Amino acid sequence: MYRYDEFDAGFVKERVDAFRDQVARRLKGELTEEQFRPHRLMNGLYLQLHAYMLRVAVPYGTLDSRQMRKLAHIARVYDKGYGHFTTRQNIQYNWPTLADTPAILDELASVEMHAIQTSGNCIRNVTADHFAGAAADEIDDPRPYAEILRQWSSIHPEFSFLPRKFKIAVNGAARDRAAIQAHDIGLQIVRDAQGEIGFAVYVGGGMGRTPMIATKIRDFLPVADLLAYTQAIVRVYNLEGRRDNKYKARIKILVHEKGAEWMRAAVEAEFAAAPRVGIELPAEEVARIKAYFAPPDLAPRAHSLAFEARRRSDPAFAAFVASNIAAHRMDGYGIVTISLKPIGGAPGDASADQMDAVADIAERYALGEIRVSHEQNLVLPHVALEDAPAVFDALAACGLATANAGLITDIIACPGLDYCALATARSIPVAQRISQRFGDTARARDIGQLKIKISGCINACGHHHVGHIGILGLERKGVETYQITLGGSGDETCSMGALTGPGFSSEEVVDAIERIVDAYRMLRTDESEDFLTAYRRVGMQPFKEALYETSKGADI
Amino acid sequence: MDFGYQIFHSQPGSRLMRYAISANRLRDGLVVFFAPGETWVEQLADARLFDAEAEAESALERARADEKKNLIVEAFVFAVKAGAQGPVANHIRDAIRATGPTVRRDLGKQAAG
Ligand code: SF4
Repeated sequence: MYRYDEFDAGFVKERVDAFRDQVARRLKGELTEEQFRPHRLMNGLYLQLHAYMLRVAVPYGTLDSRQMRKLAHIARVYDKGYGHFTTRQNIQYNWPTLADTPAILDELASVEMHAIQTSGNCIRNVTADHFAGAAADEIDDPRPYAEILRQWSSIHPEFSFLPRKFKIAVNGAARDRAAIQAHDIGLQIVRDAQGEIGFAVYVGGGMGRTPMIATKIRDFLPVADLLAYTQAIVRVYNLEGRRDNKYKARIKILVHEKGAEWMRAAVEAEFAAAPRVGIELPAEEVARIKAYFAPPDLAPRAHSLAFEARRRSDPAFAAFVASNIAAHRMDGYGIVTISLKPIGGAPGDASADQMDAVADIAERYALGEIRVSHEQNLVLPHVALEDAPAVFDALAACGLATANAGLITDIIACPGLDYCALATARSIPVAQRISQRFGDTARARDIGQLKIKISGCINACGHHHVGHIGILGLERKGVETYQITLGGSGDETCSMGALTGPGFSSEEVVDAIERIVDAYRMLRTDESEDFLTAYRRVGMQPFKEALYETSKGADI
Repeated sequence: MDFGYQIFHSQPGSRLMRYAISANRLRDGLVVFFAPGETWVEQLADARLFDAEAEAESALERARADEKKNLIVEAFVFAVKAGAQGPVANHIRDAIRATGPTVRRDLGKQAAG
């Protein structure tokens, strides 16, 4: 796994020391809040509803057991015993004090972690497929490229004050698990006719107030040009992106206003004109970074009889296998999703004890590797199927064996009004109530793949636009109301959800979701047609009818 | 499990409406309320209540002196109503600030005492 080289370690230490000094000066009154706020945000520390919130970067969602234990330690010592894994593959702490934050950053630095570039108008944490390096359908591991982009963009002087924040995602498999078309830049690893690795380049996707699907501006970008081309995109954006209106400042608006053709031409012109010295990626450098992500030395394993026996005899284990274990590229292995969505729980929350338990399980059974997914779950990328029963039992012992990955109760929800200062409505309680309504039941399994995503305001941190069912919490006259969208998808068939119509009160919204789901079960051709496929076939109308059907005549 | 939240909604300017001042404490970020004697307290029940919004706004000027003294940040006025157990913030956002996350009744103000 990637370790900071000496430059990084020295740099992070310098940053922590500088922040410690700034905090001390702020507490002594030598800095005003106005002077201090930019420094605070640059170090990932926000002021939320109840307290400060520290957002810690987990680059491309990859962690090892040692780092996970450190996250647990921080939760226990400096916070209230838990952390929240986010849709940006980060972790947030909800209760750190300002005075403690430099010490927390020191703790993080001791395991090569930090909170830099988790805020501000810079290139944010680069995200990647959480099954990277393990998935059976992978063309190439996206993480070395994400890491190269991370190194290049970290404190890049030219790109520290962009018009707005800037998010890059890299996907390396046929299946897009990184939602690249909903990012400012999305990179899809492809092979050309000669079998060379390169990238299809998407620009101008995003959610928030104005959801847009990215436009493909390049079918094939050679690896050597990765940084030069990315630089060209960010330069065009830096120069031409709007700074007059915060809501029109993302690159998606530039692409939308000027058109995809203009964008493509502008990027290609900048790419052609800029000198390549120092920005072309030498093959040796790619190889050097790739070595850190070298696939683990796994030997194929024979079919596990113990695994099969347990699957046949234990329905709970069989359900877990069906939903939470994905195909690994190596025979005899699986990718285990650890659901952070217990029935009725807060999506993405994990206690310090659970984090420690995951670290132990990963160390014992999964080469010490852990991933954070943008769906707010954890992943053990390399588990021998022979060990899967033991992993399942160990997870069950700490409340982490919910067999619902990808199902209706595997809901994404942002912190919403329970924590977030920007929220217009709560999102976690809505997720909890939906989760309880459907539960860990045969009905939930019969419904099959269904992604519900909930945001507590228009900023869309809960990715509601790309939820098969999206829920957006708003405020109307001081009361929470919830708009529902249908048909969104963040995968390679990316689409933005369409609004069903008028919103629902907090009391009504769970019933509304149930009506939509019931309608789907009526409408599907058979059990193999999942919600999104059925929606795309029949369209909005039948769902609208189910949703807004009044009891006309029923009370006669 | 009860995920509901009791929300009071009455029209601003209503006879029953009163006002209080809140902020976050600089050092730990926790929610505090402006109290009699121009101090800051952690519970809304101990906060100073103003009958008129204008009165609260002028007290806000004095409260803001503590921003300059680096005790608090982001002071603001909000509306409260009398409840059975003392004052309750009128708007859900202020109510959640004054009590804690509705999904973690063991955390925040609601957990104390
Ligand atoms: S979507 Fe809104 S409420 Fe939710 S975390 Fe983002 S900013 Fe906060």
